[in-house]
Amino acid sequence: MNGTVKTLLKSVRQYKKPSLITPIFMVIEAFCECLIPFFMAQMINQAALSAPNAMEHILTYGGILIALACVSLTSGALAGKFAATASCGFASNLRHDLFYRVQKFSFANVDKFSSNSLVTRLTTDVTNVQQAYQMCLRIVVRVPLQFIFAVIMSFVINPSLAWIFLAIVPVLGAVIFSIVRYVMPFFRRIFKKYDALNNSVQENVGGIRVVKSFVREEYEKEKFDKAASEVRNDFTKAEKIVGLNAPIMTLFINFASVLISYLGVKQIIGGAGVDFTATELSALITYGIQVLSCLMMFSMVFVMLTMSVESARRITEVLNEEEDIKGVENGVQEVASGAIRFENVSFKYAKEATVYALSDINLDIRSGETVGVLGGTGSSKTTLIQLIPRLYDATEGNVLVGGVNVKDYDLKALRKDVSVVLQKNVLFSGTIKENLRWGNENATDEELIEACKQAQADEFIRSFPEGYDTYIEQGGTNVSGGQKQRLCIARALLRKPKVLILDDSTSAVDTKTDALIRHAFKKAIPDTTKIIIAQRISSVEHADKILVLDGGKIIAQGTHEELLKSSDVYREIYQEQTKIKSQGGER
Amino acid sequence: MAEQKTYEQKPRAVRPMRGRGMPVPKGAIKKGTFTRLLKLLFKHYKWQVLLVIASIMICSVSGLVSSVFLQTIIDDVIPSGIAYGFAYIEKKLVGMIIGMLSIYLLIVLATFMQNRLMAIITQGMLYHLRTEMFAKMQSLPIKYFDTHAHGEIMSGYTNDTDATRQFIGHSLPSFISSILTLVTSIAMMLWYSVWLTLVITVCTLFMTFVVKKIGGNSAKYMVAQQTSLAQEEGFVEEMIKGQKVVKVFTYEERAKEHFDRYNDKLFHDSEKAHVFGNILGPILSNIGNFTYVLLTIVGGLWVMFGWSNVGLQSIVSGVGVMGVGVVVAFLSMSRNFTQVVNQMSQQVSMVAMGLAGASRVFTLMDEQPEQDEGYVKLVNAKRGENGELMETQERTGLWAWKHYHKADGTTTYVELKGDIMMEGVDFGYVPEKQVLSEVSLYAKPGQKIAFVGATGAGKTTITNLINRFYDISRGKIRYDGINVSKICKDDLRRSLGVVLQDVNLFTGTVMDNIRYGRLDATDEECIEAAKLANAHDFIRRLPHGYETVLTNNGASLSQGQRQLLSIARAAVADPPVMILDEATSSIDTRTEALVQDGMDKLMKGRTVFVIAHRLSTVMNSNAIMVLDHGRIIERGTHAQLIEQKGMYYQLYTGAFELE
Repeated sequence: MNGTVKTLLKSVRQYKKPSLITPIFMVIEAFCECLIPFFMAQMINQAALSAPNAMEHILTYGGILIALACVSLTSGALAGKFAATASCGFASNLRHDLFYRVQKFSFANVDKFSSNSLVTRLTTDVTNVQQAYQMCLRIVVRVPLQFIFAVIMSFVINPSLAWIFLAIVPVLGAVIFSIVRYVMPFFRRIFKKYDALNNSVQENVGGIRVVKSFVREEYEKEKFDKAASEVRNDFTKAEKIVGLNAPIMTLFINFASVLISYLGVKQIIGGAGVDFTATELSALITYGIQVLSCLMMFSMVFVMLTMSVESARRITEVLNEEEDIKGVENGVQEVASGAIRFENVSFKYAKEATVYALSDINLDIRSGETVGVLGGTGSSKTTLIQLIPRLYDATEGNVLVGGVNVKDYDLKALRKDVSVVLQKNVLFSGTIKENLRWGNENATDEELIEACKQAQADEFIRSFPEGYDTYIEQGGTNVSGGQKQRLCIARALLRKPKVLILDDSTSAVDTKTDALIRHAFKKAIPDTTKIIIAQRISSVEHADKILVLDGGKIIAQGTHEELLKSSDVYREIYQEQTKIKSQGGER
Repeated sequence: MAEQKTYEQKPRAVRPMRGRGMPVPKGAIKKGTFTRLLKLLFKHYKWQVLLVIASIMICSVSGLVSSVFLQTIIDDVIPSGIAYGFAYIEKKLVGMIIGMLSIYLLIVLATFMQNRLMAIITQGMLYHLRTEMFAKMQSLPIKYFDTHAHGEIMSGYTNDTDATRQFIGHSLPSFISSILTLVTSIAMMLWYSVWLTLVITVCTLFMTFVVKKIGGNSAKYMVAQQTSLAQEEGFVEEMIKGQKVVKVFTYEERAKEHFDRYNDKLFHDSEKAHVFGNILGPILSNIGNFTYVLLTIVGGLWVMFGWSNVGLQSIVSGVGVMGVGVVVAFLSMSRNFTQVVNQMSQQVSMVAMGLAGASRVFTLMDEQPEQDEGYVKLVNAKRGENGELMETQERTGLWAWKHYHKADGTTTYVELKGDIMMEGVDFGYVPEKQVLSEVSLYAKPGQKIAFVGATGAGKTTITNLINRFYDISRGKIRYDGINVSKICKDDLRRSLGVVLQDVNLFTGTVMDNIRYGRLDATDEECIEAAKLANAHDFIRRLPHGYETVLTNNGASLSQGQRQLLSIARAAVADPPVMILDEATSSIDTRTEALVQDGMDKLMKGRTVFVIAHRLSTVMNSNAIMVLDHGRIIERGTHAQLIEQKGMYYQLYTGAFELE
């Protein structure tokens, strides 16, 4: 908790000044607000006396009041302004810090937080904390001040009666405390249930075709209904508990004022209206009501803060997340060649995992070679190639690119020269050009077209009415799977990498186009090391080296011819696939 | 034979852009939103709402009464007590104290009740809004999801409902109580003095002017803030979902740059919104103070010069002079009044946001649902003695279309076989762009029909028409001889199993995900389906086997494994017709062969449609349709098509010629 606040406050930075000024103006405003009713009462008293010079008194007090009101207005408005700047600035910094932190995350970090939850943390949670912060700046200083003032004034008026107010403070404090304590676990639970609710909507919207084709609308409604009622039930309970606050407060304070009225009247009459006057009694009760409203405000703030604690915790969780892959300082800036070496590499995704995803990988790839990777579903092909641009770190052993351990590179330099076309690839909303320039922001139009020609994308791009300026929707939903894959390849080619890795990147591309792409690679980028994960043997058959993976191990490697001789698995796959080819093709 | 490629018709790239040109932009309020919200409130919580209003009234009336009591004690009881001694007034005092106590008790009870009821109403309304919205969403056609950004739909359930909650839970009750206090204060003020009320009216007009200026700005920037927030959220969502691609392209710095731009805009708007919101309070309350001073002076002058007063009280009592007592009483009323005006103005931007939120929720609720004019139902059937089909309740594995003929009032039963026929079908996602033209095909039960063709040729579109995700613009599709537009959509879809290339898994165990295909399937049946889809082996190796919980769309599985699961899910549904749209694209060929074997066994005697790029997936089909630009340009078996040396030949063997 303490650490949470500390971490959060680090993001105040340039808004320290407004953050500190706000309470100062708030104090001035509160001070005026305390004095104004006091002078108002004085003014009324003068008017009520209807003495001959009453008007004079009224004008004097009126003048004081107007001056006070001006000060109060100015300081209140300034406090409001600075509070706005401070809290919005703080929130802006928090979002900035969160986003920048996420940009530092490695694949493993990204896997840990789901993307939905990261988005919520960056938006809803920050808004919650922002509100809490503003409340702290504006109310937390002011309310106690008003409270103290009201208590002091009541003591000044009549110490023997003011005790009654003070006496109920600890009782009410205990009430607030127990309410907050009781309600806290509910709020914590609600957050989780809210996540579940949002998640179920998100999954439903994303998988709407699945829902509709299995006619699961009713089932989905039931599921959602359940999630929504859970949120409703817990929230209703929590709000009911919080709702106890006001009546309990009113009860105590009102009874206290009744008690004071009774005892006060007794005292006034006992003292024949000299020591303690009726006006003072009504002032005392007014201050009593102020005490009440302060306590009410305080308890409300407390509840609101309670609600934002959970958000604060979720934010700091991201801020404090250590990125587990850090680039070394003064890392090697240049990848010398596309040579790749795996030395006794083993890898598992989680420390506590017992099963290794990769084990004992030894591999030597010369610069400019084309390497094919084959293997069954779930045989860790993707895992293997992700170690090369250091998207994950090998658990044991070393991965070398251009003769240098990947850990010794400047991360940016390494990833600039090792370009991966991911299996689960994404296009971003923006024109085709903009998407392609992810590969190289300074690429000329000619370079873009050249890369697209190599990736066999130029033709279909030109067929769009707006050509290279065609707008791609989020996730690339307005181009077909095969078109998307070719755009992704073009994007990677624009990096002019020393190592190009294609992770099953032509699965939705027909054989002919696939062959054309490989052909283009051969001609255009002969010096680039090309690693191709594929299902089709035809995609890798002419590679300099083919790796066959099974259960996270390389069970065979060599050229197509060598493997046909040496590897049963490879031969089987080949025979299966060529059987198909020859069945139709040889007549 | 093969038509010349024109590359003019691109089916999907020209579809309407998502999320652009929304009917209701952020911040706009549809007409009638407020009354509609009220109607909904009354529909679900009539007596609760009435009770809340009653308790608000009790609170404000009691508040007034109690202050009257206090005033009487001070003005009446004390002076006579001082004059005649405590004993003289004791009875009266105790009576009044008891009166006050009971009034306070009433207030406490009313507040208690109000808070409890408000908790029920607010959360209940949210629940109703959400579930109604969700139910509505389930009935919307696929097209809706094509044309609306998912983030935007999501925000209906989060931001918009939350704004509505604020409105129902806070703004509305505070408004009701404010209006009550306002009315009583005005009445009281008129009771005391019309002249002083005029003074306060002038001040109120000034306050209204300030509220319009500052409050209007605050509301304007609040709405702007919501828009920038949504924009930033959209950006953040896209970047974070594509975080791995960002890493691979070391795009971090530029992502940060873009982010800063959104973030700065948001800061700018939200700062403005908050500044205007924050300064409104102090300004108004101090205008209230000025008013107070002004009233005192005016009142003082009135008293001093003994000008005549006009007020309801003076009309009743006939006393036309403004006394000190009147001024004092008026002043305390005026404080009440200005405070309420202040309170109400603070709510202005909240109300604007709340209504805008509700308005967007209602927009979704008003969307046109998917039309279903079908009446032919799918029923369990059994054979009668003479082999005729009869409807039955139990699951027999035999299904029939129950076809009611309106013309002669008879009902016929047609066995569900999976016979599909398309005749001269034309279709376009948007009217001005035809995607399919003149498509005719037939698939007999037990046949495997493959669609091949360059990407974007319209293969997926055809399958989308069979299960009526979209409706054709011309031609006919018949299912077992029945026009599909006569078949209830639910029943039609229930008879079709679909496996898509993009796999969507749901949060839950592996078992739950497989069972999604048929909710009443036993564990054994699910495992059987998994074995058939060749998913059993990898599932067994997962940390908790079938009970492993999948989250985040099955992120912990490889692409191929996810496809295997989605095939198992379709297999457990055991449908008469299956559509496999690139269902095995990420599965290695050996596993695929095993999967295919299993599927062939399962689908024996039934119809299968296959879309694939991979030769191995389609080559043993009974018929292969080659599509190009929305037309079927070749059809035949693998061998026939190879012999034709047309488009198919090029697509699948061109590679070998090239090298």
